[in-house]
Amino acid sequence: MTQRWLKGAAALLVVGLTAAACGGSDSGGSSAPAASGEGSGSAAAASTSAEVLGGTMPTSIGAGEGKLNLVVWPGYAEDGSTDKNYNWVGPFQQETGCQVTSKVAATSDEMVQLIHTGQYDGVSASGNASTRLILAGDAAPVNVDLIKNYADLSGFLKDQPYNTYKGTHYGIPHGWGANLLMWRPDIVKPDPDSWGAVFDANSPYKGKVTAYDDPIYIADAALYLKATQPDLGITDVYELTDDQFNAAVDLLKTQRGLIGQYWNDYTKLISASTAGDTVIGTSWQIIANLINADTKNPPVKAIVPKEGSTGWSDTWMVYSKAKNPNCMYLWLDFITRPDIQSQVATWFGEAPANPKACDVIAKSDPTFCDTFHATDQAFYDSVAFWKVPLPDCGDARGATCKGYDAWLQAWQSIKG
Amino acid sequence: MAAAGTRRPTNRLALGGLLALPLMWLVVAYLGSLVVLFAAAFWHFDALITFQVQKTWSLENFRALWDQDVYRTVTLRTVGIAAAVTVLDAVLAFPLAWFMAKFAGQRSRAILTVAILMPLWSSYLVKVLAWRLLLSDSGVIAGILEPFGTHGPGFSNTGVWLVMSYIWLPYMILPVYVGFERLPDALLEASGDLGARNWTTFRHVVLPLVFPSLVAGSIFTFSLTLGDYIAVAQIGSGNQFIGSLVYSDFGTNVPLAAAYAMVPVAIMIVYLLVARRLGAFSSL
Repeated sequence: MTQRWLKGAAALLVVGLTAAACGGSDSGGSSAPAASGEGSGSAAAASTSAEVLGGTMPTSIGAGEGKLNLVVWPGYAEDGSTDKNYNWVGPFQQETGCQVTSKVAATSDEMVQLIHTGQYDGVSASGNASTRLILAGDAAPVNVDLIKNYADLSGFLKDQPYNTYKGTHYGIPHGWGANLLMWRPDIVKPDPDSWGAVFDANSPYKGKVTAYDDPIYIADAALYLKATQPDLGITDVYELTDDQFNAAVDLLKTQRGLIGQYWNDYTKLISASTAGDTVIGTSWQIIANLINADTKNPPVKAIVPKEGSTGWSDTWMVYSKAKNPNCMYLWLDFITRPDIQSQVATWFGEAPANPKACDVIAKSDPTFCDTFHATDQAFYDSVAFWKVPLPDCGDARGATCKGYDAWLQAWQSIKG
Repeated sequence: MAAAGTRRPTNRLALGGLLALPLMWLVVAYLGSLVVLFAAAFWHFDALITFQVQKTWSLENFRALWDQDVYRTVTLRTVGIAAAVTVLDAVLAFPLAWFMAKFAGQRSRAILTVAILMPLWSSYLVKVLAWRLLLSDSGVIAGILEPFGTHGPGFSNTGVWLVMSYIWLPYMILPVYVGFERLPDALLEASGDLGARNWTTFRHVVLPLVFPSLVAGSIFTFSLTLGDYIAVAQIGSGNQFIGSLVYSDFGTNVPLAAAYAMVPVAIMIVYLLVARRLGAFSSL
C-alpha cells in the first residue's frame, strides 16, 4: 500500500509539473489526455497545442529511459535470433541503452488492442490501424523535426492519410509493399497471373486455398471485382457502397468453400505451405522469403497479379501515454537510418521508406530497389494501401459507404 | 476427511488468516473478473468514428448477438461438438474406468493411471500441434488411409472433435474411475445372488450408481470444449467456435466479445443445474 501511495504521489507531482507547462490537458470524454502518464515527466518540455488528438508533442529528445516496449509486425524488430545476419535491435540497444521488448502482432486489430492496453511505447502500424489509433487518442502527434532522417524519406510517403491527420503528423514512415499471390509451383500449374486463381468457384485446388484472416481482406475481393466487374463502379476498395460491398462479401462467401484454413499467424502459413495443406493464396514477401530460405522446403512463388494488389504502408507511431517516449523517439530516428532501413527492407522484402537505403542495398543486390519499386511513385499510387473503412466515402458519394463495423460483421459471417 | 470437517475450529483468527488469501482470490480474481465482463457487455464500442469503448448502458450487444446469424450458427456448432466430445469420451472412459476399478491388479492399475495422466503432463499446445502434424494432408493419418481412398478428417470439425476428445479424456476417466471405486462389490454380488444376469445388474445397479460420476466428468469435457479456441484455430477448417469468435471480437469490439462470452457462461449455468439434479456434485 505504501508503495502505491508513493507511486500515486509521484504521478501527481509529474502531472502537476507537466500541467504547468501545457495547461489543462484532459480534452474531455474518454479521449486520451496529454502526455501526463507516469514516467513521461522526463520527456522534454511539451508544446502548448492541447487541441490535437493524442496530446502534445515534445520539442526535443531527452535522455533515454533505458527501456522500450514495441508492438511490431513480424520481422520489424529483428535481434538476430531468426538469422544472425539480421540484427538491428542489438545495435540500437548498444547505441541508446534502451532495452527493447517487442511483441509481434498478427493483425492490425491485434495491434490496436495491444496498444490500448497501455503497456507499450510504440507500434509499427499499418494504415488500417493508424487512423483508428489517432481517432481513439492512442497515438501521439510526432514532432518530425526531431527525426534527423525524416527529410530523406520518400516524399510520396509523407502527409498520407495513414500517418497524418488534419495536418498533424502521427508517425514516421517505415516501409511499404504489396500483398502477394503466393503458390507452390510444383502443384499449381500453370503459373497464375490473376487473383481469379483464389476466387474461382471451380478451382482444382479446392480445400487448399488460403486467405488472410482479417476483415480488411474484403478489400482484396473488392480489388478483384474492380478489375473484373467494372459495372460495380468500384473506385476505392476501402470505401464501398452497399452494392459494391455486398458483391465483395458474396465473392468471399463463394471463396469460403475453397478455403482450407485462413491464416493470420505467418508461421501457420509457412507450415501449411510446407506441408502442402495450402498451395495457393494471399501472402507477404517475408513469408515467401522464409519458406524459400530453407532449401528443404518446397519452394513457392509470389507475385503482384495483373489486377494489382492491396498493400501496406507502415508507420511507426508513438503511444500517447508512452512510459518511454525518449527511447521511442530514438527508435524512430534509428529505424529510418539508411543502413538500418537497408536491413529492414531486405529482411522483410519491402520498399524502404528511406531511398538512401537503396545505395547501401545496391552493394549486395543492385536490382532490389527496382524490384520493390522503392522510388517509383507511379507504382506506389497504384497499390491500394490498407486504410480504415469509414462511413464517409471521402468523395462526392458522401456518407454512403460501409463503416468498419459492417466490415467486422461481414467478415465474421463469411467465416461462419 | 469427515472427522476433519466436523471438528470445531480452535482458533477462529488463525482459521480466518488461513482462508483469507484463497477467499480473496475467489472473490477478486474469479468473481471480480466475471463482474467486469458482465458490465462490459452493456457498453458500446464505436467502430465508426472514435474507435473507443463508450461506457453508456444498452442492450445493443445482445441484440447484435440475436440479429446476426453467425452467432447462432457458431453457438449451435460449438454446443454440438462439445456434446459429441462428451459422448465419445464417456464411451471411451466407461469400460476403461470399469476395468481399472474392478479388475486391474495393482500394477496394471498404476500403469494405466500413468498412461491416462501422461498427456496432462505435456503442454496443451504441443499436443494440439502434434495433432496438426497427424491430420495434415502430408501427415500420418492421411498416409495410412491413402490406400483406402480417403484422406481422413483433415482440418475440419471432425478433426476438432477428435482432438478435443483426446485432450479432455483424462477429465472424464478420473471421475468415472472414482465412481466405480465407490461402487461396493457386495452390491454386484447381491444382485447376482438375487438372480440378475450381468446385463440386468449393469442396467439396474451399476449404471444408476455410476451415472452421476459420468455427469461429473461430462461437466469438464463439455465446458472445456465450449471455451477452447486454440485447437479450433489449429485444427479447424476456419469454421468459428464460441472461443474463437470471442477471441476475434475481443480484438475489435470488447463489449460485443463480453456479451458473447456470457453465452457459454449461461449455457454452463443451465448445464450445472441439470448436473446437480442428476447428482453429479455428490460424486465429485
